[in-house]
Amino acid sequence: MLAYTMRRLVMLIPVLFGMTIITFAIIYLIPGNPAQTILGESATEQNIRDMEEALGLNEPIYIQYGEYVKGLVQGDLGSSLRTRASISSEIGPRLAATAELTFFAMIFAIVIGVNAGILSAWKQNSWFDFLAMAIALIGVSMPVFWLALMEQWVFAQELGWLPSNGRQDSRNPIDAITHFYVLDSILHMDWGHLKTVLKHLILPSIALGTIPMAIIARMTRSSMLEVMNSDYIRTIRAKGSGQFLVIYKHALKNASIPVLTVIGLQTGVLLGGAILTETIFAWPGIGRYVYDAISYRDYPVIQSGILVIAFLFVIINLVVDLIYAYIDPRIKY
Amino acid sequence: MKKLFPFFIFMLIGLLILAACGGDNGSSEEQDPDDDSSEEQDTDTDDDTTGDTDGGEKVLVFARGGDSESLDFGSTTDGESSRVTKQIYESLLEFDKESFDLKAGLAHDWEVSDDGLTYTFYLEEGVKFHDGTDFNAEAVKINFERWADPEHEFSFKDDGYVYSMYGTMFGGYKGDDGHVIDEIIVEDEHTIVFQLNTPLGFFLQNMGMSYFAITSPAALEEYGPEINENPVGTGPFKFVSWTRDEAIVLEKFDDYWKDGLPVVDRVIFEVIPENAARLIALRSGDIDIMDGLNPDDAQGVEDDPDLTLYTRAANNFGYLGFQTEKEPMDNKLVRQAINHAIDREAIADALYAGYAIPAVNPLPPGYLGYNDEVESFEYNLDLARELLEEAGYADGFEIELWTMPVARPYMPDPETVAEIVRNNLAQIGIEATIHREEWAPYLEKVENGEQEMFMLGWSGTNGDPDYFLGSLLHTSGIGGSNNTFFSHPEVDELLDAAKIAVDQDERADLYMQAQAIIRDEAPMVVLVHSTPVLAASNRVQNYVPHPSTSESLAEVDIVE
Repeated sequence: MLAYTMRRLVMLIPVLFGMTIITFAIIYLIPGNPAQTILGESATEQNIRDMEEALGLNEPIYIQYGEYVKGLVQGDLGSSLRTRASISSEIGPRLAATAELTFFAMIFAIVIGVNAGILSAWKQNSWFDFLAMAIALIGVSMPVFWLALMEQWVFAQELGWLPSNGRQDSRNPIDAITHFYVLDSILHMDWGHLKTVLKHLILPSIALGTIPMAIIARMTRSSMLEVMNSDYIRTIRAKGSGQFLVIYKHALKNASIPVLTVIGLQTGVLLGGAILTETIFAWPGIGRYVYDAISYRDYPVIQSGILVIAFLFVIINLVVDLIYAYIDPRIKY
Repeated sequence: MKKLFPFFIFMLIGLLILAACGGDNGSSEEQDPDDDSSEEQDTDTDDDTTGDTDGGEKVLVFARGGDSESLDFGSTTDGESSRVTKQIYESLLEFDKESFDLKAGLAHDWEVSDDGLTYTFYLEEGVKFHDGTDFNAEAVKINFERWADPEHEFSFKDDGYVYSMYGTMFGGYKGDDGHVIDEIIVEDEHTIVFQLNTPLGFFLQNMGMSYFAITSPAALEEYGPEINENPVGTGPFKFVSWTRDEAIVLEKFDDYWKDGLPVVDRVIFEVIPENAARLIALRSGDIDIMDGLNPDDAQGVEDDPDLTLYTRAANNFGYLGFQTEKEPMDNKLVRQAINHAIDREAIADALYAGYAIPAVNPLPPGYLGYNDEVESFEYNLDLARELLEEAGYADGFEIELWTMPVARPYMPDPETVAEIVRNNLAQIGIEATIHREEWAPYLEKVENGEQEMFMLGWSGTNGDPDYFLGSLLHTSGIGGSNNTFFSHPEVDELLDAAKIAVDQDERADLYMQAQAIIRDEAPMVVLVHSTPVLAASNRVQNYVPHPSTSESLAEVDIVE
């Protein structure tokens, strides 16, 4: 197991190296000079030349790439063309913001999704099953931006129960340590802040978690149905086990492999692609960071951002693979 | 069973956290009354989304669509940056609240020599930077030399600092042919002289720009290239913190040299990218002022008893340009015909919900030398057809219409404008096909003259007509911002004379003459001047949006 983990980690290096080449290449296929994009319509030719020189864009591509990889090896992700801020220090807080949101969105998605799926399978073809699966179908096809705006309209504007956007009350900001604000407020033993931060998490988590929740519910249901009809479940039933125990102890375990795969994939997707939710809720996460960078042709940020997202995706896949082995003793590495 | 445990624990942790979240809300509320006062006050502030005078502190939250690029105003052209630095820094002169008329800033008086080559500024005494150092003539000199001279110790050239606005406004940098500032002389502690080598008609206008404000030399020394994240000026508010993509926090500078200002204790610039979400935040009381209101939402804001609608004076114009070197756009009659065929009113109504003025001149109304006597091209299809026939194009022709890929303040919805224009042109027999490019290549290709007909616009910075007419319609701008490739010797002569004249009445007269010729030559269809709309809570007092988009918030108050 340990050897397997190590092997997988070593395999990460060529994957990431490949990512740097791909991101570098893609960027040069996108039309658009970053100096022109940054300066806009009022830029003079001289302005653009000065800016290109200042940004190092007048160097040949292979030198730019070389410089970039050299920095990477030293743990330096470079700095933004637009804001000149160091990406290594910029990306941390954004990653924390996205990870925190993803965590709560996935908790929402898993707890509701898995249980709804189980109940649907248990009471197959009951009214609950139909209702749950109808909701899941709506959930899968729900446009996130619409759901997000509706949430804001109802719960922030009309009812005034929850804050409409952001991670915290900007009038009374938290003193960030880890940039995971929930964790930070616990570390500060500041329950007032904790409450505010959690309130800010509710609407975006639901918006972001709805699609994964629906996918998980559908996957759990079909997977459970399959297992419930298998011989060993009948045997356990014949032994006289209670229905609850049959489902949660025996069936869920075997049904959970495909569900876990979906959970892992969805977590990866949320970590990298929560652009819509992050934009509407003014959540300063990594999706928005990379998205803004693309519109400004801020190459170093795009490269490093994608690299970090890819890294996370690979790590999550690894974690999911390791969990498989825990759950299913038939899987050996 | 053993193998099963981790999975159950995984699920349990999830459930526990959810339970904890729910429980926490309840328990902290219960705890509050028993807790000591400090804790209680803390929670109060958290709960409070509408009031912000807790503890007597007045906090103003200003929300906008994007974060600032840099808080070193000179090295950026980003409006979201100068909006913030305007609060932290001051320049020698200031613009009036609602216009580009000049008034005293850090200089209480100023003189211009008759030949227009010597400008003397008398500086305020007793002004301090936020770091406690004194503001004086030496500080002014260091700042201007920093922008002009790439070899200057505070130029930070190697760290990617480029002062493009300085280059544009003062004709280049130290050593360049066009650079107008010859020497800066510190006469005494509070008197500074700018010696020019060529007169510059808008030198004083430049001095009012937020791009040429004064940074503390001690801070430049201390922070070096990190000055963009550690701004230190003389303004009413001092910098506290910047969490990128979230908020910039400023607080009242207690030693501010103008008595009684600023009024509020803290200003927070928050980023909320989505316009609709920003309006919801305003309606729910999370923020106090929002920039970038959708024109379609303006009516709703006006009807809301808790909100006030503000409009910014026009400082831009959007246009439909002709590449005047290409057939058939090289024919004046064709250009005039198209001018008669475009329905400007329809564009203003359809796109800006009426928050735009159909344009007559390529200069915003209210600018020095704006020519009121120039007649607008009447929307008249018969006249347009007649002119086309006279030009020898009775059957019309085919043409490419280049459409901007991004929304700008002067052109919030380029695609719809293109559609309207295409329909208008079809009515007089001109068949336009829409051509699209990415933004940067669009600008590059349009500068090279690859287009036939294109959409673009221009926004003002220093409030001077030269920045519009001189940049867009002078022969020297070809290959740069003159994308119509318009070249008219008489216009060039008038613009040249106006650029170096020091007497502002004389300049106004020259610009008026130029506008009359430009109208007749019709190198572009000037479409509209947009007047952007903003919204604020009624609790906000004394807020006046400035056409430059950067207004001082020193006098703004928050009342209950």
